Order: sequence, then C-alpha cells, then structure tokens
Amino acid sequence: MTTSAALSRPGPRGRLAAFLHRHARVRLSLLLSAPLAWLGLAYLGALAALFVTAFWSTDTFTGDLVRSFTWANFQDLVTGDVYRTIALRSLGVAVAVTLIDLIVAFPMAFAMAKLASPRAQRWLVILVLTPLWASYLVKAYAWRVMLSSDGVLGWGYGLTATIATLSYLWLPYMILPIYAGLERLPSSLLDAAGDLGARGWRTFRTVVWPLSFPAVVAGSIFTFSLSLGDYITVKIVGGKSQLIGNVVYDNIGAANNLPFAAAVATVPVVIMLVYLAAVRRTGALENL
Amino acid sequence: MRSTSPRPVFLTRGLAVTAALALAALTACGGSTSGSGGSGGGTAAAPGQGGFNPPAIEALKSLGAGEGQVNLIAWAGYAEDGSNDPKVDWVHPFEQSTGCKVNTKVAGTSDEMVNLMKTGEYDAVSASGDASLRLIASGTAAPVNTDLIPNYADVFDGLKLKPWNSVKGVAYGVPHGRGANLLMWRTDAVSPAPDSWGVVFDPASPHKGKVTAYDSPIYIADAAVYLMSAKPELGIKNPYALDDKQFQAAVDLLKQQRQIIGEYWSDYTKEIQAFKGGDTVVGTTWQVIANLAKAEKAPVEVTLPKEGATGWSDTWMVAAKAKNPNCAYKWLDWIISPTANAQVAEWFGEAPANAKACAKTSDASFCDTFHATDEEYFSKVRFWTTPIAQCLDGRTDVTCKDYSEWTRAWTEIKG
Repeated sequence: MTTSAALSRPGPRGRLAAFLHRHARVRLSLLLSAPLAWLGLAYLGALAALFVTAFWSTDTFTGDLVRSFTWANFQDLVTGDVYRTIALRSLGVAVAVTLIDLIVAFPMAFAMAKLASPRAQRWLVILVLTPLWASYLVKAYAWRVMLSSDGVLGWGYGLTATIATLSYLWLPYMILPIYAGLERLPSSLLDAAGDLGARGWRTFRTVVWPLSFPAVVAGSIFTFSLSLGDYITVKIVGGKSQLIGNVVYDNIGAANNLPFAAAVATVPVVIMLVYLAAVRRTGALENL
Repeated sequence: MRSTSPRPVFLTRGLAVTAALALAALTACGGSTSGSGGSGGGTAAAPGQGGFNPPAIEALKSLGAGEGQVNLIAWAGYAEDGSNDPKVDWVHPFEQSTGCKVNTKVAGTSDEMVNLMKTGEYDAVSASGDASLRLIASGTAAPVNTDLIPNYADVFDGLKLKPWNSVKGVAYGVPHGRGANLLMWRTDAVSPAPDSWGVVFDPASPHKGKVTAYDSPIYIADAAVYLMSAKPELGIKNPYALDDKQFQAAVDLLKQQRQIIGEYWSDYTKEIQAFKGGDTVVGTTWQVIANLAKAEKAPVEVTLPKEGATGWSDTWMVAAKAKNPNCAYKWLDWIISPTANAQVAEWFGEAPANAKACAKTSDASFCDTFHATDEEYFSKVRFWTTPIAQCLDGRTDVTCKDYSEWTRAWTEIKG
C-alpha cells in the first residue's frame, strides 16, 4: 500500500527510492562504499604502510625513523641464513599444526554433524567453543605446566611442545568450518552411496571429502595463518626455539627497528599469498 | 633491555604478564604512527670522550611553586597509589605534602617510554639504562640540577654520575635503585656450589639441556663480562662497548652455549616455575626471583660470580619541555626520600638508591638481602647501558656494535 502511495505522489524519500531503483550502479556503490572503505583504508592501508616502512631505516641511536629508500632490510633478510632457517621452521610448524588439527577435527566434526542427535549437536558445538572463552595465555601456561618434566605429560619444552600447544589452541577454528560444511552435506548422499555398494572408505573418498574440501580449506587457512604469526606460545613452551613472529617482536619491542620488523613481517604475508593462490587453483575458494 | 619482559613486581603475576604483552602490542601499533615525534635532535652524535655531545638544554635554575600536577611515565610498581595494595602507597602522601596531583602512565617497555616521552605530554620518566641515553641524545630529557633535590646528597656514590644517567659529568636524572643479574642454581642438582659463570658456558656441561639464559640481546653483555676474565687478550674494558672482534667472540661463546641451553627466560614467572620443577637447574636470575623461588620451597641458591655480573639501575629524568617542572623536581626528591625509596624498593624487589632508606624498610634485613650498602658487591656489577657506535669505553680508533646489531646477533645466536 505504501509503495502505491509513493508511486502516485512521490515525496522526497520516494523520489530517492525511485532514483536508486533506476540507477543500479549508484545503489551498489552506496552499499559497498562502507565495506570498501574499511577494506581499503584500514586493511590494505595498514598492509601498504607496513610494506613502505620496510624500505626505510632507523637512526640506530635516537630510534627515529629515517624516511629514505633502501633495500638493505630485504638484503639482510635474503642473505642471512638464520632468517631462512627461521622462515622454514615457522612454515613447518604451521603445516604440522594444520595437519594435526585436520586429523583430529574431521572425525569430530563428522560425528557432530552426522551422528549426534540435534540436541547433542547443540551441546557439542558449545563444548567446542568453550575453550575460546578462556584466555590464550591461561591455556598456554596450562600447557607449560603439563609439559614440565614433573608435569602430567612431562615432554619438556621445544618445537614439539609448541606444535602440540598450537594444535590445541587452534582446534576450534578447524572444527567449526568443517562442521558447518558437513552439516550442509545431505545425508541422503551417504545413504545413496551405501545403496550403490560403496563402503565407508570409498564413500569418504568419493563423496564426503570432495564435498567438504572447501570447508577443510577454510579451516586450514585459519590454523595455518594463526600458527604462522604466533610468537607467544613459542616463548612460553618453545624452549630455546624461535619463529618468524619472535624476530618481528624482538625487532620492534627490543631494538625499536620497525623497518626491519616490517621487512620480516612481509615473509608470512608472502607465504599466505602463495598458499591462497595454491588453494585457488584447486577451485576450493569458489565453493566456500 | 628489560623491554621484552615484565618487571619483577609483586603484583598478580598472570596479570603482569598479560599487561606486558598487551602493552608490547600497543607499542608495536604505536610505533608505526609516532615515528620521529621528538625535536629531531640527536643528529650531532659526534664521537668524543664521553661518547656523544647532547643538545644544549638548560637545567632548572631555581625551584618555584608547584603547578598543581605532574605527569609521570613509570615502570609498573614505581608509582603506587594504593590501588594494587592499600598498604602500598607513596603517591597520596606526596600529593598531600606538595599539592602536586600525580598522573601516572605505566609503560611496559623502554621503547614505549621513549615514544611516550617524545609526545611532550609528560614531565618525568623512570628510564632504564637502555632508554636514558636515547632520551638525552634526542633532546627529550633535560639535565637535572641536583642542588634543587635535597635527598640527592644521601644517594649512594656508586650510583651518581654514571654513563647511563649522565653525560660528561652533567647529571640527567636521579638514581632510583639497582639490582644485579645473578647466577642461580638448584642445590640438589649442581654441586659443588658454582662461583663462576663458567658453569653456564661450559660446552661439556653435565647440566646440558637444563641451563637457562636471559632472552634479550643485552645478554650478550653477560658473555662479554665472562670473556673479560676468561679471555683477557680480547681487551674488553666495558661489556657494552664491543668492537668487531670482541663482539664476535661473545657471539661465538653464546652460540656454543646454545647447545646446552634448555630454554631462554624472559618473564620471571616462567623462570620460577622452571627452577621449581627442575626443568632448569642453573642460569642467570634476579634477586627477587630467587626470593620468590625460595618462598615456593625450591632448593635454590644465588651468588654474584667472581667475574662480576651485569645489572640494572633506573633513573628518574625530567622532560626538556616539561609543563610542570617544579612538581617534577618535587617528585624526584620524594621518590628518593628515605621513606618512599624504602617502600618502592621493597615493593619492587631491588636495592634502594638512598643510603638512609635502609633504616626505613619494614623488613630489617632487606638491605642486606639486596646488598644495598655493599659498594664492593656493586663495584662488580656493570649496569645496563645502551650499546652505541661511539665506544662507551672512550676508544676512538674503532667503532663499536650498536644495539640494533646486538639484536640481529641475538636472533642469529638463537638460530
């Protein structure tokens, strides 16, 4: 009724609505301007600032930034063996954490989505989310106590301890996307596979895995990028090892060398871009 | 230096760690925007006997009436107003006696302190040795006229006019307190009792995998202190002034030490727990950590090894552009007054700067525990100073490694 009234005698609001209705592009640009501004200014802007800073240097004594172009930071980064070792170690940790989380999360998510009753499903989701309510530091220190040589696990500290702790910390971020993906998978497909004679493994390989793969990719992006940037867990349970995050932190926090820290920080960004490009080739991103 | 670590404060421990991490994150964010907020000074760092020539800034000539307030940047635990513990309060008595209201900004790292000071909104700061020289060189901190600070007369001579709180005989602040980085060991695992840093540098150590070291580039100075007696042919005079060869020797020693390290510690809760649980049996520590570990029944002992040790001594400095200089001077006088200095030293766990503070501590043996009056003890302690390219030991024929190179080397040592 209101629309017909607006059509018969358009007020200013009606005229605006009619204008927007006719000019789809204006409508679209108005709708998108806020998120695009956020993306452009806050997100890409910050990344760009980081990248530009990487080409500056600092006055080593007063700590002031020297805003003149130099390749020196990247030169140090590429020529120093230690940075390559640390980058590869961080990459290894991120891959290991992602694989462990995948192996633990997939059966869990499958059971939640397909085997549990709707009532149990809700409780399981809450249980998976519960650890996220506790502080990151509390959980990391809890693992420190458990891993201590007189603790419950008693493994001692080091890279293994770091991988175990990170796998625990990021597990919910893997379970939830896979759970959501599997929930959308019609159970009738599983029944159909069974009717056609496929056993468990074959059903998994030809039906469940291909359809849930985009969800797995989504989860792996979380666990992979979170592990790649972490520096606190490794400080708490890592013994004497260090990751990319520690190099960034040490250069900003202790040495006040923001440009070099920025140069180091581009390494995980590049690794993530390569990872996303590889994922894109599999076509998983289109089905997210 | 202590910039990467929470300070040894008797606060809720988890909280201190969280706060330090949060503050570190803030510093990281703030760093990109603040840039060179200072006066742009400090460019003329000409090599000279005292290291460098600071910008010419006049100290306050005479004390006037208080401005009614003072804005401080302080380490956690340095300006307590009773909000952490009602019994621990030396801010309100100051406000009552001087009429200067205290606004405290707690900083988590030395870099945060430097950046905050450069905003020009603060009057005074409790700077550590790694921040003080930078503040002086950039013209952010002014010389301090110690004649206007009556309590300065009672400060231990071992703390006055040192390389981290003065330049060429001109004081840039008043000493707050001091402490040493000691050698701690578990008595049930390490015997006989060690008296040398050699025990943490021995490649054939029986404690392999259970040795700890402080996780900061400044720890390179600890290796240099050891090398001063272990390899006198290197000619190290000051562990913070290392030329190429001396620096390389220290770095090599630390790379070798890495083989026997179990973990590097940077926050003190971590170290207390490691010693208590036996994951670490020997390594560097602070007196306050040893006290807490003993309180938790860990069988540990500490010593100042025969080679000497590194240590830390903080300085209260006044901003060159202070809006409330009179209240700032009054605060400097207050914080080193016997009563307040005793309170802050006990709360924080360090040796007080004022000799008369020892009579005012609630624990009668406090000054003995922290060796406050023991000048011989502190004569063996080399306090943290920012390594700069102009050698701090006065050599002019070589350049020394500056702190950013120390940081790179530390990354390399940890591998």
